[in-house]
Amino acid sequence: MTSKRARQWGWDVLGLALCVVIVFPVYWMVTTAFKPDADVNTTTPVWVPTRWTLGHFREAISGFDHPHFWSSVINSLIVVSITVALSMVLAFLAAVALAKFRFTGREVFIVLIIGIQMLPQVGLIIPLYIVLRNYHLTANDKVLFGLTLTYMTFVLPFCVWTLRGFLAGIPKELEEAAMVDGSSRIGGFTRILLPLVAPGLVATSVFAFITVWNEYIFANVLLQDQSKQTLTVWLSFFSGSARNTDWGALMAASTLTAVPVVVFFLLIQRKIAFGLTSGAVKG
Amino acid sequence: MVLTIGAILGYPLYDLVRLSLQRYQLPELIQHKGEWTGLSNFGSVLHDPVFWHTLERTVVFTIVNVGLTMTLGTLTALLLTRVSTWVRVPLSVALVLAWSMPAVVAVQLWYWMTNFENGIVNHILGLGQHDWYASTTSQLGMVTSLIVWGSIPFVTITVYAGLAQVPRELVEAAETDGAGSLRIFRDVTFPVLKPIFLILTSLSIIWDFGVFTQPFLLIGAAKQTTSNYLMAVYLFEEGYARSDYGRGAAISILMLLIVAILSFFYVRRMIRYGDVR
Repeated sequence: MTSKRARQWGWDVLGLALCVVIVFPVYWMVTTAFKPDADVNTTTPVWVPTRWTLGHFREAISGFDHPHFWSSVINSLIVVSITVALSMVLAFLAAVALAKFRFTGREVFIVLIIGIQMLPQVGLIIPLYIVLRNYHLTANDKVLFGLTLTYMTFVLPFCVWTLRGFLAGIPKELEEAAMVDGSSRIGGFTRILLPLVAPGLVATSVFAFITVWNEYIFANVLLQDQSKQTLTVWLSFFSGSARNTDWGALMAASTLTAVPVVVFFLLIQRKIAFGLTSGAVKG
Repeated sequence: MVLTIGAILGYPLYDLVRLSLQRYQLPELIQHKGEWTGLSNFGSVLHDPVFWHTLERTVVFTIVNVGLTMTLGTLTALLLTRVSTWVRVPLSVALVLAWSMPAVVAVQLWYWMTNFENGIVNHILGLGQHDWYASTTSQLGMVTSLIVWGSIPFVTITVYAGLAQVPRELVEAAETDGAGSLRIFRDVTFPVLKPIFLILTSLSIIWDFGVFTQPFLLIGAAKQTTSNYLMAVYLFEEGYARSDYGRGAAISILMLLIVAILSFFYVRRMIRYGDVR
């Protein structure tokens, strides 16, 4: 009995040690952001901050060396909200078609949808850049629209696939019963299908939000003008804009970029893992 | 509806193939018209030693990253089943936090922790002012640590969910028969989880083979040279940054073909799932 308890302690200590290692980078980012410069730029690290300051956040948001924070936030929000809204509408309709109806080309469509998610995004920089340029969507006044279109090409397939999974789980009989009871197809759709699939819609749109918010590759290529850049591009230039990196401000900027993602992530992380591997066990 | 979406998704691919058969540089970009040159772009890439060296480096990089991610991720999942609840909760929160860090944020964080003047990593290891970005191996090692840290949580959480589906009776029966934990994992747990492992491995291979943001930003755009390119960075520098779009398209196609072969298993599995339900 005692050896069993000792072993349990061993596992628990190992688990705690691992927990510390995994969480440390995040802890170090947040504490650096709140520590005064004297405690940041020192060769003897201050492990637990004793003095706190908001100065780094002020510097990151409105400092002279780091302009464009608010415009980047607004650009990110514009691109994210339009992409998510359009993708969800289109993806939901396509997912209904895939889950409820058989049609010619269905297999090809599924292959295309899964296949396109597997392509490395860098591989599509060149064709997408040329297409957008040829339609004058890389010009400064339209580039955010161009970026939105670009994001749709890889957010859509994921949304269609995940929503299809959620829809397939709803028994056809429910909808049919509603129709037998005198409901129209539209009525069955809005009163039966939509409420049942609502959690799926929320999870999928949050995932789309995170993907677009985090995206860097295309934003970096397309958004050449500083006033048009999104938050990730703004952050990627942050350290380069001053000769001696302002570590406190850099970590404050990083924290600000990560916060919305972390919040949303905590809400839906279980469902993401499910969506990507749902075929694994049951298939 | 479906046709429209199909067109949105398929068009860039069609365009990619067309571009790869053309000379398409800055003058052509301005005129919106490439000059047909047949397969010469492919010839030029395949005769470029940089391509082959980059491919070799990327393959090694992928094997190391996927190997580390899968091994450490699985071990963490097994550990999660052993620890008490008061450890499991903070450990899961730590995993979700690491998982949710955006790539660009994680890069800045690594940059700060590994800087040679007062980076915390040098302090912990007692290395003084060691420069982690001095050699290619060290640079890619840093990228690896960053990627593995960020991708362990997905593997752990998925495997942990899968472990719940291993029948308890089987494990208990094996224990009564005197099997050790290694034996139980090999002969009971692993066969049940095999499909999950296969999918996670193929996904990781695909992601790590095409990784761009982390190596590009952590090593730094200015420090990218032919001796530390990964495939995605090579493609970006040779195709986009030098405005040689036709050649870049040829590299893209070669890269996409490699990924297509690598992802064959995953796609087939998912399609089968799509047909069953």
